[in-house]
Amino acid sequence: MDLIGILSLAGNELISPMTVGYILCGIGLAVHFGYTGLLNFGQAAFAALGGYGFAIATLDFGWNIWGSILFGLLCSMGFAAILGIPTLRLRADYLAIVTIAAAQALRFYVGSSTAEPITGGSAGVSQFGEEFYGLNPLPEDFTWNLGTVAFTSDEIWMRIVAWVVVGIAVVFILALTRSPWGRVLKGIREDEDAVRALGKNVFSYKLQALVIGGSIASLGGMVFVMSSQTNQPSNWGTNFTFITWTILLLGGAATMLGPIVGGMVFFGMMTLIESVLGVLVDAGLMPFLAIEQVAQIRFLLVGLILMILVIFRPQGFFGNKKEIQFNG
Amino acid sequence: MGRFGQLISVLAILFSLVFAAAPSAHAAEDPSTFAYTIAGTLQQDDVPIPGVKITASQDGKSYGTESDEFGEWTIMVPTDGKWSVELDTATIPAEFKLASADGAVGEADLVQTDFAAVLFKFGNADVVETQSVWEQLVIRTFAGFNFGLMLAIAAIGITLIYGTTGLNNFAHGEMVTLGAMIMWLCFSFFSMNVIISGLIAVAAVTAFGWFQDAAIWKPLRKRRLGLNQMMIVSIGFGITARYVLLLLFQGDTKDMSGGQTIIQLGPIFTSDVTLISMLISILALGGVALFLTRTRIGKATRAVSDNAPLAASTGIDVEKIIRIVWLLAAALTGLAGVLYGLQFQASWSVGFDLLLLLFAAVTLGGLGTSLGAAVGALIIGLVVEISTIWMPSELKYVTGLVILIVILIVRPQGVLGKKQRIG
Repeated sequence: MDLIGILSLAGNELISPMTVGYILCGIGLAVHFGYTGLLNFGQAAFAALGGYGFAIATLDFGWNIWGSILFGLLCSMGFAAILGIPTLRLRADYLAIVTIAAAQALRFYVGSSTAEPITGGSAGVSQFGEEFYGLNPLPEDFTWNLGTVAFTSDEIWMRIVAWVVVGIAVVFILALTRSPWGRVLKGIREDEDAVRALGKNVFSYKLQALVIGGSIASLGGMVFVMSSQTNQPSNWGTNFTFITWTILLLGGAATMLGPIVGGMVFFGMMTLIESVLGVLVDAGLMPFLAIEQVAQIRFLLVGLILMILVIFRPQGFFGNKKEIQFNG
Repeated sequence: MGRFGQLISVLAILFSLVFAAAPSAHAAEDPSTFAYTIAGTLQQDDVPIPGVKITASQDGKSYGTESDEFGEWTIMVPTDGKWSVELDTATIPAEFKLASADGAVGEADLVQTDFAAVLFKFGNADVVETQSVWEQLVIRTFAGFNFGLMLAIAAIGITLIYGTTGLNNFAHGEMVTLGAMIMWLCFSFFSMNVIISGLIAVAAVTAFGWFQDAAIWKPLRKRRLGLNQMMIVSIGFGITARYVLLLLFQGDTKDMSGGQTIIQLGPIFTSDVTLISMLISILALGGVALFLTRTRIGKATRAVSDNAPLAASTGIDVEKIIRIVWLLAAALTGLAGVLYGLQFQASWSVGFDLLLLLFAAVTLGGLGTSLGAAVGALIIGLVVEISTIWMPSELKYVTGLVILIVILIVRPQGVLGKKQRIG
């Protein structure tokens, strides 16, 4: 593979729907962790509920695209309420354990044969995007080349919509966090007791933050599954959550630019590293690494980046160190 | 993967800590490298039926075998999912007869597991034995007790570390995996004696525990990094360790069976390996209890758990206690990995799969209390196994996680915990 090919692949990754899916989950997590200080380690569950809710409403209920999106959002809001009402009173590290356990339990359940009639079991659901691609106003022969990567009309439509969703989410969250409501959230992050002393209902604000961040994550889940029109339980493992955390902390937790740039840098960099390693393995320069093991390097790096960021630069690229509060 | 290839990866493990793994040069269709197993025994009225052709097929791929002189058969298949298993009725000897005409086709469910048994009923259909609920309850209780004991020794490791340092260690599961993998390396790959293999594995994990405390956790404590930040660091460390283990040992499940004798206790079929494992677990738990209550260092450990600054002011070297706790916790967790690997077979992700059950056990018992962790682990083990009587076994881990969530909601300090610990 030549240099142009590698750069084109990395460039594709910067704007791909998968990257956008993670970015939206990162924006949701910025609301949870960056602004409110909630250690949510179950972001994969919110994304999964968005993807599954949309697919099931489309395929089983026969709802149109707007109804399906609404249903996906309702699923994740319901999950946020069920999870949040009992657990938001707990200490931060307990919240982390409960959210990760709830996300795993949900994933095991939707992948089981018990849930198969609804969720398709371990095979998941597919082909639920006909209406979405039917809405594509671009002419069918409209194509675009990015270096050696060629996009079809549908792929361009998918990317345009995905980034418009990111834009709307960013404007919405920026408006919210600059409102008095957002200042209360930041107050909770800094000192919960002080906010309580001011007469604010801390629990209710935390729950609202969990629901709003979760809804944005479920939009991310919908974008994530829409590009390939497949939704499987294996998409939503704990690694999904860990990558979301990594891109958020890479960019900066209490910023909106953070998850966007963090996501683009992370996936662009991973593609570059994997391509270069692939070339080296092909050339026989990495005798200890088989070609199918190259993809495993990605997760190894996720772990290392996460450790290094949290220890040495918890504010990421854009954050303000004073705004990082792990002990909410 | 060839023998030579495996040897390279073994050397890599021994001589370097950098990731290195053997080139997987295995041919595309070598059944001995397949990760999934379907097996069963053909018999009528306890008489084995040899020479019957059996075929497993899925999506046009099929693999076949023949039952041996004991009526036993095994088919290795390359992918998970559901496989249809069929007997070739023409090859059944004349003196044997299937219980029903359509009984020659079975299904192997490899959706959540890498091993499935398929039963074919022979002889008179009316005398087929069914297990009563009570028998199942006895069998499941035994299995749950066994699983719970193994969880308990790993859970005590988590709770000792949490008690003395406040760290919720998300990288704890990887010590279970490491124990199981070193055990496989010594016992199955190098064919060493089982006791020596176990000792080497426990020693290796203990060394790993000392290494990670010295290299990561002690410097972070010195930097006064927040506990929740340390928790996220442990998540990152766990991911890294997990994928290094994957690169070193590859993704297949390590089979360590062989040489075990089946023992029948009433309705329970178990093996000498399982019984000895349970005995070792009980001895280890008793040893930890004696250590914590009867020795000076054990008492100092409990003092540090209770109030570290106060313990330090009475002259206890807190850093030394933490170092001892890491060594002890790693040794116990490595032992859990060894026992798990011997009984249930282990793959690179087994530790992470067990981690949330361990957290469930520790939380149920009360974070930071060792006795509580052991009790919690036994309860989790029993509930997880007994739930399979009424629920599909693929959902058994969900039961454990639901218990964790419910406990945190209803009684976050756990069964034996003190309220002050939840903060």
